[in-house]
Amino acid sequence: MKIKLNNREEQFEHNHLTVADLLDKKKFSFKMLVVKINNRLVKKQEYDKATISDGDEVSVIHLISGG
Amino acid sequence: MRHLSKEQIRQQLKNKTVGIAGAGGLGSNCAVALARAGVGKLVIADFDVVSRDNLDRQYYFLYHVGQKKVYSLKEIIAGIDPSVTVEIHDLMLDKNNIPLLFRSCDVVVEAFDQAPMKQMIAETMLEKLPGKFLVMGNGVAGFGGNNAIRTRQAGKIYICGDGESEISESLPPLAPRVGIVAGMQANQVLELLLK
Repeated sequence: MKIKLNNREEQFEHNHLTVADLLDKKKFSFKMLVVKINNRLVKKQEYDKATISDGDEVSVIHLISGG
Repeated sequence: MRHLSKEQIRQQLKNKTVGIAGAGGLGSNCAVALARAGVGKLVIADFDVVSRDNLDRQYYFLYHVGQKKVYSLKEIIAGIDPSVTVEIHDLMLDKNNIPLLFRSCDVVVEAFDQAPMKQMIAETMLEKLPGKFLVMGNGVAGFGGNNAIRTRQAGKIYICGDGESEISESLPPLAPRVGIVAGMQANQVLELLLK
């Protein structure tokens, strides 16, 4: 499948991935994340269930302290 | 770049309202820039008091030390342009009061210090005020690295900063980079308001 991850096209062998799979594959190990699939918020407790499919637009925002 | 005369810009900004979530380094500098540009109303929320340490990057003066940030910032803006309406809330923002306080804002600026608070407001806005723009600051610590500072867009969320420089003992927040990101946030707000 082909998805848009953080405004960039990415290809995966799988037809579906959960958010947890994606974070694992991309080695996103940060703690403070905001994840959206097609502009819908996916909360941390849904990472194992929420699936990403071909054509989806996914945002993974990694938040860090300072301001 | 959209071209508008100063008069057209002020005319359009006069009727706009911008929420400022946090009145520290990002919030105080961003609020002042927006007030100078002519935004008609600012809704500013923060629970904190100005400390001596804050003066290395926040828009406050020695005589504000010990005062609540929201009152100090309101006074500063009144000293720049008394025609700007400044609504202040001396409280800790959370997922319950954010939708109420910022309901009437055209754009909200995230200007928190701590990552969990940044996450909280992004999630709250997406869930409770999904039609509203949120302009965040993310990655401001240290010095140098001008060209690493940028703006990323994720739907209605805009994220200004380098996205990686987290504050620590060896990477403190300093006036130039915090000011740059606060200015970028204000600039992004104007771009959204003047569309």
